[in-house]
Amino acid sequence: MNIKNKIKITVNGKQMQIIPELTLKSLITKLKMPLNKIAIELNKKIIDKNRISKIRLKKGDKIEIVHFIGGG
Amino acid sequence: MIDKRFKIANKIFKSRLIVGTGKYKSFSECAKAIKTSGADIVTVAVRRVNISNKNKARLMDYIDPKKITYLPNTAGCFTAEDAIRTLRLAREIGGWKLVKLEVLGDKRNLFPEMIETLRSTELLTKEGFKVMVYCNDDPLMAKRLENAGAVAIMPLAAPIGSGLGIQNKVNIKIIRKQTKLPLIIDAGIGQASDASIAMELGCDGVLINTAIAKAKNPSQMAEAMKLAVISGRKSYLSGRINPNLFGSASTTNKGII
Repeated sequence: MNIKNKIKITVNGKQMQIIPELTLKSLITKLKMPLNKIAIELNKKIIDKNRISKIRLKKGDKIEIVHFIGGG
Repeated sequence: MIDKRFKIANKIFKSRLIVGTGKYKSFSECAKAIKTSGADIVTVAVRRVNISNKNKARLMDYIDPKKITYLPNTAGCFTAEDAIRTLRLAREIGGWKLVKLEVLGDKRNLFPEMIETLRSTELLTKEGFKVMVYCNDDPLMAKRLENAGAVAIMPLAAPIGSGLGIQNKVNIKIIRKQTKLPLIIDAGIGQASDASIAMELGCDGVLINTAIAKAKNPSQMAEAMKLAVISGRKSYLSGRINPNLFGSASTTNKGII
């Protein structure tokens, strides 16, 4: 695909280029994130993990993917 | 004397020692220490996944949340909004409702920002969270947290990670007298005797991270803490003698030759 057709999104503070209309599920699969160990925020709204195949990403979307780390 | 069960938000736990999972050299060292500590609750933090290193080990691969209760915290949060956002995300990962609220006010001394902590407790409780609250050792604030719906009061013994031990026993005792909620010392423990003292003051439990994680031998220190908590609890329940300024001979003078 021509790079000009790609759109920019931000994932965990880093810019990424994706094809337009990519679903959130495809992005998570591409990033190889285990769904049962993460939570996802899209533009500061928590996303129900059961719905990610229905969400299509748009230019400028900001995604946060978090998990548990060691803490006190 | 039979001890009552250690219960938080209607859930019974076997161990009165809660262990933090931060600051260990590795996940395997952390998992080993948790095992020897006997803890059935561990605190965990919510952070961004490293998207550039997908194969990096994850805490959940080493500590099974089905076997040990994860207690998500709000470490690094300075406002109620930050704390709520963090705990909503934690809940989304796997449905956790029992949480540790920690809203800090100062990056150096890491003391809790109690106004924001109180506000967060109210908001989180309304949202259905069961909130265990890291707080200062002020009895009046502890009362307010209780009224706001906290399920456990967790005063500091000293600044987080300082290892200074219990600095204000009087306040802890006063809080103990006024509340029926689980009272758990959170922060400031340095060595096993500190954990025993906390339990002897009547606390229901102790939360320890740095004193175990940063010990030269974390696994052994974890065991020491486990024993200290058990020992301190038994000592508290056994009813100590009254302290006396003068001596009282253990051997009778009757029949002396």
